[in-house]
Amino acid sequence: MDLSQSGFSGMIEGGKHWSCVLGAGTVLRLTDVEGGANVGMLIYNPASLLERYNAPDTLKCQHTFKLTRGHCLYSDMGRIFCSITGDSVGWHDTVCGTSNQAQVAQRWGEKSYQNYRNDWTQNGLDAFLVEGGKYGLGKRDLAANVNWFSKAAVADDGALQFDPENSHAGGHVDLRFEMDALVLLHTCPHPLNSARVYPRRPVQVQLSKGAAVTEDDFCRNSRPENGRGFANTEQYRHCSHPRIGDR
Amino acid sequence: MLHPSKLKPESAQFRKVIPAGDYWIDSVAKNQRLRIVDVEGNQSADTLFFAASDPADRYSAVDTIRAQGNIYLTTGSKLLATSGNVLAQIVADTVGRHDTLGGACAAESNTVRYALDKRTMHSCRDSYLLAVAENERFGLSKRDLTHNINFFMNVPVTADGGLRFADGLSGPGEYVELQAAMDIIVLISNCPQLNNPCNAYNPTPLEILVWDPDVP
Repeated sequence: MDLSQSGFSGMIEGGKHWSCVLGAGTVLRLTDVEGGANVGMLIYNPASLLERYNAPDTLKCQHTFKLTRGHCLYSDMGRIFCSITGDSVGWHDTVCGTSNQAQVAQRWGEKSYQNYRNDWTQNGLDAFLVEGGKYGLGKRDLAANVNWFSKAAVADDGALQFDPENSHAGGHVDLRFEMDALVLLHTCPHPLNSARVYPRRPVQVQLSKGAAVTEDDFCRNSRPENGRGFANTEQYRHCSHPRIGDR
Repeated sequence: MLHPSKLKPESAQFRKVIPAGDYWIDSVAKNQRLRIVDVEGNQSADTLFFAASDPADRYSAVDTIRAQGNIYLTTGSKLLATSGNVLAQIVADTVGRHDTLGGACAAESNTVRYALDKRTMHSCRDSYLLAVAENERFGLSKRDLTHNINFFMNVPVTADGGLRFADGLSGPGEYVELQAAMDIIVLISNCPQLNNPCNAYNPTPLEILVWDPDVP
């Protein structure tokens, strides 16, 4: 990816949220600037907000529990929102959900906006509700999210174990969008992070134009399922699809 | 954890067989107990729960497994809503492990998982969509169809982050029993999947039983 041609580069401070609509062919690079970051993410189809990122389909279509390079993020309609074309971290979580106000208060104490201003302790659920609300989305539109840079492994008995050392300074992941997408993201801590102090880790966001997807593309060929996922997505992109009306 | 129930089927207030490929949606009152029986074995009961007073607050697989620190559901598991409220608790289980990672099958995901020409085959999501369309009184729509529980399904995860769809641990007559922690809406699709060995390519009936709280 040629970052010198990047159309956008910005920093999202820790414990904040953001959203953007990305056109097909855009590459989004997320960089864990200091190490130990977490980026909660949800994805929707801007032309039909009922189509959203589907973690179970993403996992079962690729027989994986973690996300890393070569994996694709599926919508509930059998299409690929984005492919993970680069990853220096190796494990990203999509099964632990996001933090909420009660959890954050219990772990790190109440830090209200009134008293702490920009250093208040924002939580992932409120962050998603605020960003989603900008597009008419609400509680009913929430789904299991991705937690970029975070790892929770599973023991034989099913126990979840959070790894606080998963991501280091400079770690990055590249997402190539295969269809237009509304992306909601926040930099609130992973819900299993038990750090003594509310972890406030900045994340750099860079957008650039990706190269055309070739027949021998790594993500397309990483599993036979992804070949079919790309076929579904290309059919959708290349045939006209008038906007489906708002609910 | 294996834990059989003391409740007798003949004392249930309500019994209903759900054929494979069909759905069941109804309210279950606080403290009522709901048993789902895998009548012939190796079936999957794709199940969603909603708070009856506020269906936007609904079963959240990710909050449930994070709160209990374990990806498998069994006796003692509290089924949480997005708000953190407990919707129901598993109070009996003769199987020992149930999945909540794999989600429901859909015509669209079938095209990816199996073959593009599977797009017209029946699926759990089709049953869910028909259920909410035929039962508008619950106020549900596609927006509310999310990441469900697959009772009786076995989806082991490996230490290196792999995921398998293993042969079921369930068998004929095995069951799971829940106690509602508040008034809830329960939506079950009896999975019609014909492409996955999880049910030996042979979808079979489930049975639902409901007991009132005062039944000993």
